[in-house]
Amino acid sequence: MSASAAAAPKIRVASSATWRLRDRIGLGFAWLLGLLFCAITAAIVIYLLVQGVKYVRPNLFVTHPAAGFDEQETGGFLDPLIGTFLVGAMAMAIAFPVGLGIGVWLSEFGRPFALARLTESTVEMIAGIPSIVLALFGTLIFQSPALGFLSRSAGGVVFGRSFFAAAAMLSFVALPLVVGSVREGLQAIPGHVREASYAVGKTKAATTRRILLPTARPSIVTGAMLGFGRVIGDTAIIVVLLGATLRFDGAGSTPLLGTLRGTGSTLTTYILQNAPTGEGNQPTKAYAAAFVLLMIVLALNIGAGLVSRQGKAMRWS
Amino acid sequence: MHPPPANAKRRDADQRAARMLGALVALVLVVMAAMVVFVFREAWPSFSHNGLHWFGGGGDVDHQIQAIFTSGDLKQRPVYAFHAWPLLWSTLLITGTAVVIAFVCSLFVAVFIVEFAPEWMRAVLEPVVRLLASVPSVIFGLIGVLVVVPYIGNHIISEHSKASVAHIVSLSGYSMLAAIVILTVMIAPIMIAVFVDGLRAVPRGWLEGSLALGINDWRTFWKIGVRTARPVLVAGTVLATARALGEAIMLSMVSGSVGFSPNPADGLIFFVEPSRPLAATILKNTEELTSPPMRHTLFAIAAVLLFSAAMLSLIGWAVKQPMKRYGVRA
Repeated sequence: MSASAAAAPKIRVASSATWRLRDRIGLGFAWLLGLLFCAITAAIVIYLLVQGVKYVRPNLFVTHPAAGFDEQETGGFLDPLIGTFLVGAMAMAIAFPVGLGIGVWLSEFGRPFALARLTESTVEMIAGIPSIVLALFGTLIFQSPALGFLSRSAGGVVFGRSFFAAAAMLSFVALPLVVGSVREGLQAIPGHVREASYAVGKTKAATTRRILLPTARPSIVTGAMLGFGRVIGDTAIIVVLLGATLRFDGAGSTPLLGTLRGTGSTLTTYILQNAPTGEGNQPTKAYAAAFVLLMIVLALNIGAGLVSRQGKAMRWS
Repeated sequence: MHPPPANAKRRDADQRAARMLGALVALVLVVMAAMVVFVFREAWPSFSHNGLHWFGGGGDVDHQIQAIFTSGDLKQRPVYAFHAWPLLWSTLLITGTAVVIAFVCSLFVAVFIVEFAPEWMRAVLEPVVRLLASVPSVIFGLIGVLVVVPYIGNHIISEHSKASVAHIVSLSGYSMLAAIVILTVMIAPIMIAVFVDGLRAVPRGWLEGSLALGINDWRTFWKIGVRTARPVLVAGTVLATARALGEAIMLSMVSGSVGFSPNPADGLIFFVEPSRPLAATILKNTEELTSPPMRHTLFAIAAVLLFSAAMLSLIGWAVKQPMKRYGVRA
């Protein structure tokens, strides 16, 4: 039971004579829970893996979904799959620069002090806001006539459901993660690095851009990947603001813009609809989509782990 | 820390950067403030019509929702009567029970990871916790609907107990129990991640002082480590509670989605009765936002959730303050 080589060696009481029965039971309980935790995760992953192998067919990835009553009629999940990446990329396109800016400001500037504290607690509050509340707020904003150009409108009534609306609200879901990782990365850089940069005549802005941000890159990239994972795993905002229609339902004739202004779905809403509680009720399709979604999340997790390990390898003495 | 005073050009560049980033920060703050204002403004008619009865019981909440919705549609006088107690009660029960169970389990697992697990176990557990924390809630919901709910319906609820409450509510496995079990698994990783960070930050010397007095590892860590990290324990619990309160998808899938308030007087059947929490109620009725009284009612529910989330993050912020003295960030 030795600690890792990097950490200071832990001092252990060699004799176990002081361990009373209660302590032993407690430790046993901790072991049990730890193993149970691994078992639950393994069960979820293996169960979905088995279902995935059973039900994922290559043509599911290339056929459009359709309304129908059995497996042959309902098609695949091409549209939800594209929608997942589309909405994820759009949300991160908003959340990443904003989060980066807020993180840098909090860590490197942070004046006036009161505004910094307020921002800190606001970002923390955003992390706690249920996504369904964000979704309702989104309907208020995007149904206003001023933002009508971002979604479909008919006879003066703005529909308020589009990729733009969903991505804008989803960016709040990823924002706290991005801000947190940017701050963490910047604060891990010791002060003498900044001083060295100032000493050779760099401004604070240049120091941040040329020295600090590149150094903190592993942490920032990790945060962005985890944020992307959180965004594509969200369902409530997609249901309310993207419409969760089976296929892309574009508004207007401009090719890409029309799609983005129109409604669509993602893998999460596809699963929701095809679960026995949903309208589609095609559990095999739901399993297949859940498997694909879990694999995407798993890949993001492993990627984030690799990147952050690469960052940890760098040590400041 | 600031760069040394220098010529005007350098100062300008820095000031410009600070101003631009400050504007960005201010923009996000304004959007958040607007959100709070708009949500409460939309919610106001529902609160003002019902007063404190909004939080009380009385009548069938699903019928009330139906009446509210249709009254908006037919251009009649809008109906606002809404007594949300069954929804609140379901939210409190499910969230509360799940948080309590998850807290105990997470504390043990976090202590285990930080101090007692062998190296290989730690190498397995930490990625497992991270992965479980990032599994989308709809996947938990799907597994709940296809695995947990049928199991409860077929094996845990006896035919006798189904018959005993058949005239009030049908027990099918869509239940509080399923919701609590899955919600516990969902929020435990969030707690564990925060707890582990906090427990790692406990100054080593404090623990060694206790060990030097001949106290064994287990007691030392519980008496010194866990006690020192108490603010972090509260912070992690608060974060997990916020997530549990706002969970709409998974709960709407497994909780039964009936506006029924589980009755503790029913004995053990209590745990397998269906219900529907607040967030799931919003999700279920989002198609009906077009009806103005319905919209106000749904925003009122959202306002309650938003208020709870804000209060929780306030508590989390307040308890973390003493921890900053030790240089611990969590």
